[in-house]
Amino acid sequence: MSFDVEAVRKDFPILTRTVHGHPLVYLDSANTAQKPQVVIDAMSNFLAEHNSNVARAVHTLGSEATTAFEGARDKVAAFLNAPSRNEVIFTKNISEALNLVAYSLSNAATFPGAERFRIGPGDEIVATEMEHHSNLVPWQLLAQRTGATFRYIPIDDSGRLVDDEIDKVINERTKIVAFVHQSNALGTVNPVARIVARAKQVGALTILDAAQSAPHRKIDVQALGTDFVAFTGHKLYGPSGIGVLWGRYELLEVMPPFLGGGEMIETVSMDATTFATPPHRFEAGTPPIAEAVGLGAAVDYVTALGMENIEDHERFITGYALDKLNHLEGVTVIGPRDNVERGAAISFTVEGVHPHDVAQLLDEQGIAVRAGHHCARPVCVHYGIPATTRASFALYTTTAEIDTFIDALTNVVKAFA
Amino acid sequence: MYQQIIIDHYKNPHHRGLFDPFDSEVHHVNPTCGDEVTMRLRLDGGEVAEIGWVGEGCSISQASTSMMTDLVAGKSIAEALELNARFLQLMKSQGQAEAELSEADLDSLDDAIAFEGVSKYPARVKCALLGWMAMKGALAQATAAAGAPIGDDPAVADSTSPVNSTRSAEGETS
Repeated sequence: MSFDVEAVRKDFPILTRTVHGHPLVYLDSANTAQKPQVVIDAMSNFLAEHNSNVARAVHTLGSEATTAFEGARDKVAAFLNAPSRNEVIFTKNISEALNLVAYSLSNAATFPGAERFRIGPGDEIVATEMEHHSNLVPWQLLAQRTGATFRYIPIDDSGRLVDDEIDKVINERTKIVAFVHQSNALGTVNPVARIVARAKQVGALTILDAAQSAPHRKIDVQALGTDFVAFTGHKLYGPSGIGVLWGRYELLEVMPPFLGGGEMIETVSMDATTFATPPHRFEAGTPPIAEAVGLGAAVDYVTALGMENIEDHERFITGYALDKLNHLEGVTVIGPRDNVERGAAISFTVEGVHPHDVAQLLDEQGIAVRAGHHCARPVCVHYGIPATTRASFALYTTTAEIDTFIDALTNVVKAFA
Repeated sequence: MYQQIIIDHYKNPHHRGLFDPFDSEVHHVNPTCGDEVTMRLRLDGGEVAEIGWVGEGCSISQASTSMMTDLVAGKSIAEALELNARFLQLMKSQGQAEAELSEADLDSLDDAIAFEGVSKYPARVKCALLGWMAMKGALAQATAAAGAPIGDDPAVADSTSPVNSTRSAEGETS
């Protein structure tokens, strides 16, 4: 077997701990993934041996820190199959990455040379009904700042985008299409090629939220064809505090800055300032250095395991769990019920039991799941429910864990019957 | 944490429904988890003549609201506030209610003593307090409308008091 889940579990020290006297069953990786020892070691080794600020110090430590930090950028560029390392911008998380694009576009209103990015009344910004708030609110705010109109592609009751609406909502007035690769609340994987083709037809910029897909499948920015892709480190077995925005260089090099400050300038005088070339133009201030190093180690880790192997393992686990959940009385899966074009996160409701009670009762058995609207409240509104419980899987999830989870869930249904 | 009495009240809540006429109506929400309660209250001769509510949320929030209405219906304003103070004390006891409250105080809370277990879970305490905060708000509104002072509990009118923080942001985000 190409992928040995019991072997990889040994890479994650936290998986040996117990919760309320039970072995931890961590089914909340879509919220944040656990960290392998190599990531923990890379960060502590950096802090213990090489710590310094980057891109300025002449001394040895400064040079080592810069090499480590920029080395992480190379690793991420390779991970994404990016044509250039200068297309990889480090941010603090995916929310900042998406806000960076949104604010840069509104800064274009007065920035010399950025005329092509100007947005105003009559223009339209498109998202989808299944977006996480972080890929929804920045665009609503951009519409508010510029007078543009915010629109969205609706979802149907099976948790997929309404295909007919894609060509209608994206039209010749559309300037931006921001959409999620894999829904965090539903598990749905969206038809990227289809949406990108339509967006290109009308000349709109495309922004892909890959928060939930990057940990689970190969992300090839050239094959995906969008103009921007954003993902976050902590869901990819790396640390929190670091995210990535990838963008096409020909766009980044003419986009206005988002945050002003140190490191993002070319030359500064009291009269005028010129700006560094990407990626540094968009990395004002001291970046999350140890976190970048940790992300680099995480990228190495999943690459060594093989993204295809991880994807295969998780598809198997997801199918196994879906089959059991679909047949559990009192349980309704919210989102795609088949294991096609969907990822390793399953939302569900339990008849007569509130998701917070489900999550609490599962926690008593050492099982960690997420309950709530998953920062995608419009999805819950669509289904007319206040919240869901979500079990999400990772490269370290086993069928034995799914069995434990299903047994405990069966007892939850009984307790409230 | 999930005693049968909690599940019973969750499935068959008491004083559920909104009546008319009423002296006050309040709507309290826990924005982090979406639990909500709308509550109406009518005073008569300084007593809680009628209290009713509708809501949506976890068993802890809904059962606690149900038990609270059993406790305060027919009580004087001062007694209702006193019960509220005791319940708050219970929820702050971190599972040590016997050390924190007298036997008489514990007895006065009746079924609501079942929430002692919840006091060990900081993330869930706000669930158990939702209905009580709504009741306190409804009492304050009703007495303000009647132009009468609401007893000597200064926390009642103090919206910044931590006990009145059902809108506080804590818990999950992503």
